[in-house]
Amino acid sequence: MGLLKEHDFGTPAKPGPATVTVEIDGVPVTVPEGTSIMRAAAETGTDVPKLCATDSLEAFGSCRLCLVEIDGKKGTPASCTTPVAEGMKVRTQTPKLEKLRQGVMELYISDHPLDCLTCAANGDCELQDMSGVVGLRQVRYGYEGENHLDAPKDTSNPYFDFDASKCIVCSRCVRACGEVQGTFALTIEGRGFDSKVSPGAAELFMDSECVSCGACVQACPTATLQEKSVVDLGMPTRTVLTTCAYCGVGCSFKAELRGDELVRMVPYKDGGANEGHSCVKGRFAFGYATHPDRKLNPMIREKITDEWREVDWETAISYVAEKFRDIQARHGAGSIGGITSSRCTNEEVYVVQKMVRAAFGNNNVDTCARVCHSPTGYGLKQTFGTSAGTQDFRSVAQADVIVVIGANPTDGHPVFASRMKRRLREGAKLIVIDPRRIDLVRSPYIEAEHHLQLAPGTNVAIVNAMAHVVVTEGLVDRSFVADRCEEFDEWAAFIAREENSPEATESITGVPAEQVRAAARLYGGAGNGAIYYGLGVTEHSQGSTMVMGMANLAMATGNIGREGVGVNPLRGQNNVQGSCDMGSFPHELSGYRHVSDDAVREVFEKLWERPILPEPGLRIPNMFDAAVDGTFLGLFVQGEDIAQSDPNTQHVNAALSAMELVVVQDLFLNETAKFAHVFLPGTSFLEKDGTFTNAERRINRVRPVMAPKTGKDEWRVACEIAQAMGYAMNYEHPREIMAEIAAVTPTFAGVSFEKLDKLGSVQWPCNDKAPEGTPTMHVDAFVRGKGRFVQTPFVATRERSTRKYPLILTTGRILSQYNVGAQTRRTANVAWHPEDVLEIHPHDAEVRGIENGDEVTLSSRVGTTTLRALIADRMPVGVVYTTFHHPVTGANVVTTENSDWATNCPEYKVTAVQVGLKHAVDRHDAARDEEPALAD
Amino acid sequence: MTSTISPQVRMANDIAVQFRHLPVDEAAKAIANHIRMFWDPRMKSELRRLVDEDPTSFDPVALTAAKQV
Ligand code: SF4
Ligand code: SF4
Ligand code: SF4
Ligand code: FES
Repeated sequence: MGLLKEHDFGTPAKPGPATVTVEIDGVPVTVPEGTSIMRAAAETGTDVPKLCATDSLEAFGSCRLCLVEIDGKKGTPASCTTPVAEGMKVRTQTPKLEKLRQGVMELYISDHPLDCLTCAANGDCELQDMSGVVGLRQVRYGYEGENHLDAPKDTSNPYFDFDASKCIVCSRCVRACGEVQGTFALTIEGRGFDSKVSPGAAELFMDSECVSCGACVQACPTATLQEKSVVDLGMPTRTVLTTCAYCGVGCSFKAELRGDELVRMVPYKDGGANEGHSCVKGRFAFGYATHPDRKLNPMIREKITDEWREVDWETAISYVAEKFRDIQARHGAGSIGGITSSRCTNEEVYVVQKMVRAAFGNNNVDTCARVCHSPTGYGLKQTFGTSAGTQDFRSVAQADVIVVIGANPTDGHPVFASRMKRRLREGAKLIVIDPRRIDLVRSPYIEAEHHLQLAPGTNVAIVNAMAHVVVTEGLVDRSFVADRCEEFDEWAAFIAREENSPEATESITGVPAEQVRAAARLYGGAGNGAIYYGLGVTEHSQGSTMVMGMANLAMATGNIGREGVGVNPLRGQNNVQGSCDMGSFPHELSGYRHVSDDAVREVFEKLWERPILPEPGLRIPNMFDAAVDGTFLGLFVQGEDIAQSDPNTQHVNAALSAMELVVVQDLFLNETAKFAHVFLPGTSFLEKDGTFTNAERRINRVRPVMAPKTGKDEWRVACEIAQAMGYAMNYEHPREIMAEIAAVTPTFAGVSFEKLDKLGSVQWPCNDKAPEGTPTMHVDAFVRGKGRFVQTPFVATRERSTRKYPLILTTGRILSQYNVGAQTRRTANVAWHPEDVLEIHPHDAEVRGIENGDEVTLSSRVGTTTLRALIADRMPVGVVYTTFHHPVTGANVVTTENSDWATNCPEYKVTAVQVGLKHAVDRHDAARDEEPALAD
Repeated sequence: MTSTISPQVRMANDIAVQFRHLPVDEAAKAIANHIRMFWDPRMKSELRRLVDEDPTSFDPVALTAAKQV
């Protein structure tokens, strides 16, 4: 079987060594205990006919098509539900079985529309296949009897249809939604002949709990649940294995094409990150790649008030190079810089930072991770020695207690959330630390043991209080700490101070001390305790401190260095990990090595034949400050919408307007492009050839599904600019860029396209010591040798609620949209999120006279915007919440210049605001200088 | 409205409060080291200029540290 149709083993693989030997149709096979006869047979190459079984789901045993005979046993058991036993002799093909199976098929077919030739699933229908396999030649019951052939079609979902007339009630969809996705949106209603699939109490899929992950569509053996694109375009004929370009989970997909047209994206069963699962973004929201808004030609203009003028690539590149050189001639080498994108491949990022360091001759390179996970880089480097999550995603299946801090995985990292939810349904305990009652706190079959609903900006106080309990109640893993860590005693003395106790911090965090104690005891006493965190940790004035606080907690309890434990950032964009790994920070060369390290610099200087400056360059916020000061005048922005995603929009706009040359490389004319002098069209992930690195350090291949629509590979652009500036960067293929990365970066030394093509993916470090990569880090020793405890005193943010701005705004994302929304807004995903809304507690709404759906103004001391209110009791009183997916809202119009003390990562999660019913104030452009409208 | 306080002073003060738990000389050393490791040269020279020009805008420990950069 090829990639297009992966082999289905019928039931999931069982863990453990192969110890049980059986004989299938005379062929011996040895499999792990608990393996089904069906799977054992599949491993010998014999596929037992089946309909209700598929290897992504536990066996169910309802269709009775997979019957087999076992020597010495009576009857014909179902092979999907019968486990192997030592010495068993199984026969899968006998005249008796043939007859039974034909009988079963006959019943199915008699209630199925026979429009095979015109059916969308023609060629990809298991019912059709099975009819052939069992040799069905006649249907005796006729089609006149009672049937479901007129059952209505539900086309409400923008991406797939539900044609009930074709349903064989195998319940694969129902089980997929529960077991794989964990949403439990579907049920089988009724009994016997009347039974039918239904999206819960809702009539339509769109009105149900369904999150459109596609798992049911994939599991459906017939055309009942079918992608609309397959209905429209026909069955795909070839497939290209690639990686999702949305979030940091990094799901592997089969891009399935018909000719050159992309028909659908199907999650790949052997994908290391997702193992066959997906979410609505990766599975369905790829239409933006061919959206008419996409710009495909380079454009230039002298002034940002001029019209854009299309030019050819050569003109654009020499224009950029000349301008950059001219600025440098007048203002010095340090007057220009670049920003790399977490949406681009490792290879594309690497060449941009190389262009900055070698061709620009400075270290003014930063990456959009500055505004999300830079504190992770700082915090984990200080404590563990490197900036990376400690585990692979699979590890969560071994966790006993899971702590989710400042992350909303069901929306932000849905495929990982499904894994986590599976583990929670199996009995692992959950602690959620978040101001909002995120969905995970209570969802089907899951209830958090503790939800510490802390005040925004008090993370460090909470983590210290938990550590205080661990230290003062004897929950420290003494031998781990003694063998593996340093500076413990000083830290323990600090954390044991009364000011860090749950009782003392209660007035700061708002969380009852007893709750904190109970949560700390649960985590501290767990066999395996695992911490997962997101931007709710990093985007604070103490973001870096909090990362270190969590690392302290994990080390003190010995929860590092094996499966089921760890400290794990859930990265936002698909290649945040990779773009950081590639040396995108102004103080670090690839592999997180400081520019002041002579030995490291020498490696690069030798290969690049250029000196590297030993001092850090400017970080993004510093670039803006320097632009306003007039010392920074030229910027190359790779695939990142800083004008929309960075805080304090007015300051950013002032900085961008002050520059002489802003070059934007992106798919669309984004908000930043409004300030650009040169626009260079970028390529979508469907056109890229390279690698992405996900949040578990997994390096995945991105393979081109089509040629670059812009006529140029994106990685070539930086090379050509460098070239035009007098510095040669010659590569024939991205694999050569990876070869260079491997040559200069010890943690990547063993990585090559060839290896990735062979193994599917590897997790760095990948080198001589770990030729196939490293799923779990810090196993015997920390990367820095000993794990280091760092004292983390709580310091309140400068941003406080005041009489004028009495509420605290915090920001986040939702499932169907992604980051600034440039991609998802250009797909049918807008069906779920047509605009950003402001979530507000009923009490806060009531005192302001706000009702659900009202247009409200949201003002901070830096700006005002308007959006629609959504009254939600999952918000605590005094805290409001919004997303930043739509430029028209401009949520960052109100966020401030406050930032993490160590990394300048903006404090998105805490802004003092006021909310009021909208007066005559209009969208934010008009509202800038208005006094905020006060409701009371 | 953009903050009027110089970014260098704001950042140095932000760093300084994080080291308040340490004795002054240790704190100053840690702060100075942090600035050395993460700030661009022009930010450092601006910092030095501000130390001379407007020392009162600094947190005292930040000021001690800034003098060491
Ligand atoms: S698309 Fe996903 S969430 Fe929706 S019904 Fe199917 S499996 Fe459930
Ligand atoms: S919709 Fe498909 S998967 Fe679900 S019960 Fe019907 S045939 Fe089976
Ligand atoms: S979970 Fe993330 S990587 Fe996976 S399909 Fe969804 S957006 Fe893509
Ligand atoms: S496949 Fe075994 S009973 Fe359906």
